[in-house]
Amino acid sequence: MLSRVAESIYWMSRQVERAENLARFLEITLGIVLDQPENLVDPWEPLVQVTGDNEWFAKKYGEANAQNVVQFLAFDTEYHSSMLTSLRCARENAKSVREGLSSEAFLQINEFYHFVNDSVAETITDPTAEFFDIVRQHALFWSGVLDSTMAHDTGWHFANLGRLIERADKTSRILDVKYFNLLPRVDDVGTAVDDLQWSALLLAISGFETYRREHHLMDIEKVVHFFLFHRTFPRSILSCVAGADASLDAIEEVSKSGSAGAAKKQMAALRHRMSSTNVKEVLAGGMHQFIDNLQQELNQIGSSLNHDYFNISTTT
Amino acid sequence: MASQSQSQTQSIASPKLSGYQTDGFFDELVDEKTVARPDAELLIDRINKLPAEELLRRQKAIERALYQMGITFTVYSDAAGTEKIMPFDIVPRIVSTMLWHHIEAGLKQRIKALNLFLGDIYNEQQIVKDGVIPSDLIESASTFLPQCVGLKPPRNVWCHVTGTDLVRDNTGAVYVLEDNLRCPSGVSYVLQNRHVMKKNFPQVFSASRVRPVRDYPARLYQMLRGMAREDINDPTVAVLTPGVFNSAYYEHSYLAQQMGVELVEGRDLVVEKDVVYMRTTDGLQRVDVLYRRVDDIFLDPEVFRPDSMLGVKGLMSAYRAGNVALANAPGTGIADDKVVYAFVPDMIRYYLNEEAILANVPTYVCSRAEDRKYVLAHLDELVVKAANESGGYGILIGPHATQKERAEFAEKISENPRNFVAQPTLQLSRMPTLADGKMEGRHVDLRPYILCNSEDDVWVMPGGLTRVALRKGSLVVNSSQGGGSKDTWVVADPGQSVAIDELS
Repeated sequence: MLSRVAESIYWMSRQVERAENLARFLEITLGIVLDQPENLVDPWEPLVQVTGDNEWFAKKYGEANAQNVVQFLAFDTEYHSSMLTSLRCARENAKSVREGLSSEAFLQINEFYHFVNDSVAETITDPTAEFFDIVRQHALFWSGVLDSTMAHDTGWHFANLGRLIERADKTSRILDVKYFNLLPRVDDVGTAVDDLQWSALLLAISGFETYRREHHLMDIEKVVHFFLFHRTFPRSILSCVAGADASLDAIEEVSKSGSAGAAKKQMAALRHRMSSTNVKEVLAGGMHQFIDNLQQELNQIGSSLNHDYFNISTTT
Repeated sequence: MASQSQSQTQSIASPKLSGYQTDGFFDELVDEKTVARPDAELLIDRINKLPAEELLRRQKAIERALYQMGITFTVYSDAAGTEKIMPFDIVPRIVSTMLWHHIEAGLKQRIKALNLFLGDIYNEQQIVKDGVIPSDLIESASTFLPQCVGLKPPRNVWCHVTGTDLVRDNTGAVYVLEDNLRCPSGVSYVLQNRHVMKKNFPQVFSASRVRPVRDYPARLYQMLRGMAREDINDPTVAVLTPGVFNSAYYEHSYLAQQMGVELVEGRDLVVEKDVVYMRTTDGLQRVDVLYRRVDDIFLDPEVFRPDSMLGVKGLMSAYRAGNVALANAPGTGIADDKVVYAFVPDMIRYYLNEEAILANVPTYVCSRAEDRKYVLAHLDELVVKAANESGGYGILIGPHATQKERAEFAEKISENPRNFVAQPTLQLSRMPTLADGKMEGRHVDLRPYILCNSEDDVWVMPGGLTRVALRKGSLVVNSSQGGGSKDTWVVADPGQSVAIDELS
């Protein structure tokens, strides 16, 4: 397929996934605020920290309170990765590849964007978890539409790749922020934890029921394992990496080049390492460090995709 | 309610639009006594039976659907996030079988002559040598591209896709207002309007025996495919767009999607050794046919405008070598120059030895001294048009203009007479249109689309884009100037296929 189209589809998909995950961040934080006794921990500051854009935030907003963080992450059109900015870019990308999408897929992304864009004014003044819940539903519709109305050909695989790379990154960030938030000292590992808070964490990746079914009780090691290494849960990092790897396989299969590109090699290496690491090693070596490395590897794979597929030089 | 429906049952034979006024204009749907024209009876009857709120509700539903489908253009800038659909009016135009036969025959004849003219003017220029068209008119035309001299497109077809604007005057006679031979747009609105109308008026639609338009993309694809070099078994066709910021981008993408071909931008293409390739995730892939929606002068920076970012270096050379086919051929703009337009009836006489079936609007060519004199003296009754503008720009509507505007135009005409033509203000036909919750007459025109495979294989889409001037009294139908659109229903001959048979 056209390199430009592949690139736009990939980004469109990443951007919708990004918007969805921001909604998940905010929805769950609004929920935690309701659940927790007052002043236990500040739930808003860490949300800003994981973006890595805390300086930008501090300059524009100052204090990380509910209103400012919601405005920043959800609706700030000056911020390059807010929910609204992401959706706007995703829709622009969708427009530019509209002929490569199913009509339903375009319809859904268009509706999604209009819903969020039209809700800005009322939601900023009174952000509710319900609003973000509807956003999440739009995103789920989008996923379903994409998977069930498009041929699972190269275009779809690029969409899947974008979705899963973004999802792996964001799942790792959810774990990162909440881990530090909920469990400031490494000595606390193994001690009793607040059931509600860890449940909230699992809810953020829609994993609560699955976790309960498998483990019943909250346990840090098991929760971390669930986030990182669950083989079949669709938002665990290992499962995202494995899915992305499979899509890269499918893309390479139809390509005429014959030899695997850098992105494919890096993805396969990451998948291999994820499969052969366990949660005890992660916790012993420092989970934040582990997550940091993971995010860097995902970025590297992103750059390689650019080189392997999107910027085909004229002299091949 | 009961007594009301009683009275309507009686009026089915010749339903009237109650309260509607034709104000002395020719009306497409009703006669001067506001009685429905024969083919419009069912529709008028239906409109009478539906309460005004219901019509309005359906109109809103259709507008909502168009908005959801993203068939919008951006107002101001996208940063503001404001988007609008092209205004749509729910009352369709109905074109009778007889009238359509006349229009279809006229358009086919016209395309034939225009193709012969283009082939002639870029080669022997016999029509100039024979004194039918003044040579200075061609030499001074900015749309005549010297870079195209000597081109001989396959099968002598230059304009593969044409959108010709037609109007009707106070007597109902049809006139050609202009030919659009470069990148005529709007056909996607025709297809989408039809799509939403079928959903909202299934009964009256099915009873009205409307001819289908839905096969347009398939016919377009067949034609494009057939343009490839004969030794290529499975040619690759692509639509070339200027990109997402072009106002017709939606249409480019829609047509590519409907045809199942790639939509490419200039930056996706590269020419090597006179062969055109597109950049794909698997490397370079050959392209055989381009339905280009990029204007001539932006097509190839090596040959036309060197600063063009939209085109492809070497495209013209690949074209000359016969390695890529282009629809429409470069250079067609000379034939839709508004001055050259005045000579189309002469072309038809010259090349085909026939009289034009569809008349031109009488046109004064300002480069002729006597025409100019007349125009300058009658600016308050004429419409003056710049030869090379489109979208309703560069136009003076004399009767509606101020003294100052007329004076400004008079000066422009005297400075550069070659650039202007003038026409009498036609009393354009009108149609019932939903305005502020009630039916009012609004002026309309019609742009049918024509596909030309070869001299003897010309297809006219049954219908086309009916544009309507939504502002009361306005004659300007361009969407950029506040116009909207309507579905156009061409009534089928007995035995002809009708649109309700299609899968929707």
